[in-house]
Amino acid sequence: MTTPAWVPRKRRGAEFFLTVLAVFIGIAAYAAVGLGAEGTIPADTYKLGGALIVVAIATHLIVRRVAPYADPVLLPLVIALNGLGLAMIYRIDLGCEEGGCGTYSPHANAQLMWTGLGIVAFTGILVLIRDHRRLQAFTYTFGFAAIALLVLPLMPVIGRNFYGARIWIAIGPFNFQPGEAAKICLAIFFAGYLVVKRDALALAGRRIIGIDLPRGRDLGPILAGWLISVGILVFQRDLGSSLLFFGLFVVMLYVATERPGWLVVGSLLFAAGTWFGYLAFGHVQERFDTWQDPFNQPKGYQLVTGLFGMAHGGVLGQGLGQGSPQLTPFSYSDFIAASMGEELGLTGLMAIIVIYGLIVERGLRISLTCRDAFGKLLAAGLAFSFALQVFVVVGGVTRLIPLTGLTTPFMAQGGSSVVMNWAIIGLLLRISDQTRRPAPEISTFDSDEETQVVKLS
Amino acid sequence: MSELTLTLIKLGFLAVLWLFVLSAVSVIRSDIFGTKAPAAPRPAKNKQKAPAKSKAKSRKAPRGVPTKLQVVSGPNAGQSVPLGDKPILLGRGTDAAIRLDDDYVSTRHARFATNGEQWFVEDLGSTNGTYLGSQRITSPVPIGLGIAVRLGKTIVELQK
Repeated sequence: MTTPAWVPRKRRGAEFFLTVLAVFIGIAAYAAVGLGAEGTIPADTYKLGGALIVVAIATHLIVRRVAPYADPVLLPLVIALNGLGLAMIYRIDLGCEEGGCGTYSPHANAQLMWTGLGIVAFTGILVLIRDHRRLQAFTYTFGFAAIALLVLPLMPVIGRNFYGARIWIAIGPFNFQPGEAAKICLAIFFAGYLVVKRDALALAGRRIIGIDLPRGRDLGPILAGWLISVGILVFQRDLGSSLLFFGLFVVMLYVATERPGWLVVGSLLFAAGTWFGYLAFGHVQERFDTWQDPFNQPKGYQLVTGLFGMAHGGVLGQGLGQGSPQLTPFSYSDFIAASMGEELGLTGLMAIIVIYGLIVERGLRISLTCRDAFGKLLAAGLAFSFALQVFVVVGGVTRLIPLTGLTTPFMAQGGSSVVMNWAIIGLLLRISDQTRRPAPEISTFDSDEETQVVKLS
Repeated sequence: MSELTLTLIKLGFLAVLWLFVLSAVSVIRSDIFGTKAPAAPRPAKNKQKAPAKSKAKSRKAPRGVPTKLQVVSGPNAGQSVPLGDKPILLGRGTDAAIRLDDDYVSTRHARFATNGEQWFVEDLGSTNGTYLGSQRITSPVPIGLGIAVRLGKTIVELQK
C-alpha cells in the first residue's frame, strides 16, 4: 500500500469567491446609504465601487503571486470590514451635511486614500519580507524603533496634542499616530526576545510564594522595554494603548513560557495599576465615573447618545442611511460600532463582531500550525492584540467596561490605524504562507573530492 | 423610495452580510475536519457490527499507514509535518521541514524518506547522531509506526 499523498491546498478560488462577496457588501452598503438618506444611488458610487474593486483585485493578485499558500479567509474578511467602514463614514458625512455636527469636514475621501496607503503597506510587507524568520534578526532594532516611535509625539516641532492626548505627529498636511506602528514593532521585539530566552525565563530562577520568578538578567531587557513604552503612554495620557501593550506583554510571556502564573501576576499588576491610575489621574477618575453613571455626568453625553443610538437600532436596525448616528460625537471613529448598531441593528453588529472573531481565530490558527517558534509567538501576539483592541473599543461603547480611546480596526476613521492594520494582515498572511506551503525541498549538494564535507564526530 | 422597498433593502443587506460570514466559516470548516485526500473509512453506524470492526482495527493498528511525523518530546514537542512522497529533512537549518530549536541537533541532522511502501530514517552526518533506542544509526534504517527516533534531545515518531 502506498503512502497517501497529502496535498497542500492553496484555496485561492475560495478566497476569490469570498472576495467578490465582500466587495459586493461594500458597494451594496454604499448604495443603500444613498438610497436611505437621499433616495438615490449616490453619484460617486462608481468612484468608491471602482476603488473597492481595484483594491480587491490588486490584493488578490498580489497574494496569488507572492504568498500562494496564504490563508484564504483573512483577506476577504478585512475587505468586507473596510468596505462597511467606508460606507458608514460616508453616511455620517451625509448626515453632517444637513447640520447638527458643528464644524465638520467630510472624512470619506481621506479614508479612501488611507485605505490605498494601507494596501501599499500590505503589498510592501508581502513583497519585501519573503520569510518572516528574517525579522528575528532585527529583534532589538524593532525594540528601539518602538520606543523611538512612542517618543516622537513628545518632540516639540512635530508633536501634536488633540483631544487631551499627545499621541499625534504632523508631517506636512498629514497627522499620524505612531503608537499604531509601535504596536507591531513591540510584538516583533517581544516575539524575537522570548524565543531566545523562554527556557531561561521558564526554568532558571527562584520560587517565591508559589510563583517561579525568573532571573533579573533574563527578564531585564523585556521589562525595561515594556516599562518605557507603557510609561511614555501614561505620560501622554493614552489609556487605551497602555492597556493594549500591557495585555500584549502578559499574553506573549504566557504563550512563550507556558506558565499560567504570568496571567495571575499580570492581572494583579493590572488591578494595582488601575487603582493607582484612579487615585492619581483626574481623567481616569472621570472615565470611571462616566462608566458608572453616564446619565448624570458632564462627560457622559457621548456615551449616552451612543447607547440611545443602539437602542434606536433594535434588533434589525433602522436601515443604512435612515438612522441618525451623526448625533453622537465621533460617531465616525471611536463610536463607529454604535453607528453600525443603530443602522444595522443587533443582527448586523453581531455579524461584524463574528467577522472580527474569525480574523482572530485565523491568527491563532496560523500560530498553532506554524512550525517555528518565532512565527508562532508573533502570530499569537498580533491576533491577541487585535482581539483585545476590539474588546476594549466595543466593550467601551456598549458600557461593559470604561471607555478608553482605541480605534475599531479597519472600520474607524483614522489613517494610521487603517495602514497599520493592513500591515498586520500582511504579516499574518506571510506567516501563514510559510506554514501552509509544502515542506521545503531538500537541496542536495554534490560532494566531490575537493570540497569534502568535514565530519566533526 | 417607498417604505417597503427600504425595508426589503435593509433585510436583504443583513442577509447578504450573514451569508458572507457563513461562507467564510464553511471555508474554514475544512481546516478543522481535515483535507486529507483519501477518505478515512467511515465508522460503522450499525451497532451490531461495531465490536467486530473495532477488534479488526486494534489488530491492524501497528500495520497502519503513517500520515505524519510528530515531535513527541523536546523543545518542539507537539509540532508535526504531514508525510508526502517527498523526503523530509529535520535539523536546525532553514530548509528543514520542522526547524528544531534544540542545541544538540545539527543544521542538517536526519532525513526521512520513503520508497512508496516503507519509511526510512537516515543520519546526514550529524554531530551528535541519530538514535533508534540506544543504537546509533549509520545507514538508512526502515522504521514503522510509533518507533521513537532520537535526534539530540528531540524525539520524533511516525504517527497515523
